[in-house]
Amino acid sequence: MKEEVRLMKGNEAIAHAAIRYGCDGYFGYPITPQSEVLETLEELMPWETTGMVVLQAESEVAAINMVYGGASTGKAVMTSSSSPGVSLKQEGISYIAAASLPALILNVMRGGPGLGTIQPSQADYFQATKGGGHGDYHLIVLAPSTVQEMVDFVGLGFDLAFKYCNPAMILADGIVGQMMEKVVLPEQRPRRTDEEIRKQCPWAANGRKDGRKRNVITSLELESSRMEVINHKLQERYREIERNETRWEEIDVEGADYLIVAFGSIARICAKAKEMAAEKGIKVGIVRPITLWPFPTEAIHRAAQGKKGILCVELNAGQMIEDVRLAVHDAIPVEHFGRLGGIIPSPEEVVVALEEKIVK
Amino acid sequence: MDIKDIIRPENKVYCKPELLDEVHMHYCPGCSHGVIHKLLAEVIAEMGLTDRTVGVSPVGCAVFAYNYIDVDWVEAAHGRAPAVATAISRLWPEDVVFTYQGDGDMSAIGTAESIHAANRGENIVMVFVNNAIYGMTGGQMAPTTLVGQKTATTPYGRRVDLNGHPLEITNLLAILDGTCYVTRQSVHTPAAVRKTKAALKKAFENALAKKGTSVVEVVATCNSGWKMSPEKANDWMAEHMFEKYPLGDLKNN
Amino acid sequence: MKEEIIIAGFGGQGVLSMGKILAYSGLMDDKEVTWMPSYGPEQRGGTANVTVILSDERISSPVLDTYDIVIALNQQSLDKFAPKVKKGGILIYDTNGIHNRPTRDDITIYPIDAMDATLEIGNSKAYNMVVMGALLEAMPYKLPMENVIKGLKKSLPERHHKLIPLNEQAIEKGRTLLAK
Repeated sequence: MKEEVRLMKGNEAIAHAAIRYGCDGYFGYPITPQSEVLETLEELMPWETTGMVVLQAESEVAAINMVYGGASTGKAVMTSSSSPGVSLKQEGISYIAAASLPALILNVMRGGPGLGTIQPSQADYFQATKGGGHGDYHLIVLAPSTVQEMVDFVGLGFDLAFKYCNPAMILADGIVGQMMEKVVLPEQRPRRTDEEIRKQCPWAANGRKDGRKRNVITSLELESSRMEVINHKLQERYREIERNETRWEEIDVEGADYLIVAFGSIARICAKAKEMAAEKGIKVGIVRPITLWPFPTEAIHRAAQGKKGILCVELNAGQMIEDVRLAVHDAIPVEHFGRLGGIIPSPEEVVVALEEKIVK
Repeated sequence: MDIKDIIRPENKVYCKPELLDEVHMHYCPGCSHGVIHKLLAEVIAEMGLTDRTVGVSPVGCAVFAYNYIDVDWVEAAHGRAPAVATAISRLWPEDVVFTYQGDGDMSAIGTAESIHAANRGENIVMVFVNNAIYGMTGGQMAPTTLVGQKTATTPYGRRVDLNGHPLEITNLLAILDGTCYVTRQSVHTPAAVRKTKAALKKAFENALAKKGTSVVEVVATCNSGWKMSPEKANDWMAEHMFEKYPLGDLKNN
Repeated sequence: MKEEIIIAGFGGQGVLSMGKILAYSGLMDDKEVTWMPSYGPEQRGGTANVTVILSDERISSPVLDTYDIVIALNQQSLDKFAPKVKKGGILIYDTNGIHNRPTRDDITIYPIDAMDATLEIGNSKAYNMVVMGALLEAMPYKLPMENVIKGLKKSLPERHHKLIPLNEQAIEKGRTLLAK
């Protein structure tokens, strides 16, 4: 398949992108608002073309453990779900992180807590960036704001996951999952051959070919002194990821009096609000964290220099704002604006919040 | 014939299987796991599957199975071994994948994964060691604990009104269209050991032939958890367990 | 060029698919496009609406407060979105079942008899394409018909391509409604 320009939903785009990346396996369980990922894959039947395995599991728990199994063998495997389903996956995600395995997890967030709503939300920021499951670990968390980024982050997510042997998460919201946009699908990449996988992943448990020593994928180590060493190694890797992989976008930060920090599709609503504010003579710049972990702490610290205040706009009750406050050391006022329960704020609402909370 | 003659290779009648590692097992003396490990190591080597076998170890007493049998292993979360094995088997169809699960793993926390993997007819082998108790955590009740059996969480014996009935998970798996071979064996006598080995071999053959899911239950002892000598445990098992969990094939397609 | 459009009506009127065809037509004309539905339970039986943005440049917010063009296909949608037409913008509404007509004089208002026109064509499924015709005629950005046809082809599954001439006929019919 050649490069192709299409109009599609973010969720559909994920399925196309996975196939074209050369993903080996997808394991998922339907949940609104992301069921189109599995539906699209089943419709496209990639097992007939690239040989990609697609399986509807009996639960999110089973699906993430299938991902754990597939990742243990060096294959490029992924799952997708939405908030309540991602809560169920946390056990497996912790194991995948602890066993240092590459895998990709998509969360198309909906409003919670509990069963909540099926409308868009960003209330899983804490869960995604601060661990989510048990133990000291981090996922590489990518926050797409466009359908094109949904496509691009499948490739980026897998690449980073394999580079660092660490699970990556695409933390999307229902907006970018459900909206349709123009998207450029990349050219089909061939899936790696089994020989290539054995070479790339000498640690993988896929059969002791050529009499090599056995590979064991485990997160268990009852000897505390050895478990501490394992933890230190994980932490060293996280520091390396922080140094190398922090990503963000800045819009008109230079010369602005105020900053908006927002991620995902909400950053685009804020970009419109920024234009509307400019018409009123309020000069606003935007910092959009692209990696939520590692968080662009230094970039926000730099961008905040000389600004009069920061508005953190999130579809939650105030989660990323904690990281923004840490970034600016309380040097300037940092306020939060968000809608809850699946309500999407309009650009006008953001302008009003900016005026009431920051500009004053 | 003196001692030197006896140790000549041509006089050798028994040896440790080549795939069984030279390490001390953590299992209690008298535990059935060691015998079952040995049989698996023998079957894998004899069938020439060493370079294409992946084992999935459980949470439970056999959590360290990966330290004893010299093939590739993935250590699963509690109950999730069949899901893990599903993915490995589908992504590496040339490999033979087996799970090794206890009664908690198979019939409590992992019931859904076990039933659905078997129902999909995954081409895997599920080895199910049923000793009617949770050994690793200190002898608590398992779903397969017999009525009246004393455990750390049923100190006065399992009561149906409080704890429900012993779960015959293997019988459940046998009625699923995805299973091709479901058998219940034990390892308490030399004859039983030989039968179990034959059952494991058949199960691995089925996986190679892509016939669907094979389930080999091994009714086993936990002399520590049961608080008995190994010998007494064997007798108690034969006397009490086989009535609820009778040996033999439940399905052989 | 930038057109910020909302199409609003009942679920089942083909609002979402009209939005999709419009967006795909824009894409075929080399525009940046977004299609943002209100989705979920609202889709079934209640109101359905979709925001479509066509632009020469990168599109920021897919969610808007005000619109260049509002298409309202029932009273509820008309009441809700008529006030949200930008000054100098366009409001198109189907007169069928409308008892409170909009009164703004700072926008261009096109009442259309899309339902009647659809009945004349004789296929109720063509309703949304009749409305689409009116929109294409009223919209300052002139979307070439060849790209609309391409958009139709891309939006419809192959098995429905035999319906493209009918859709084309409906669009042409819709274009005539503004003149009335």
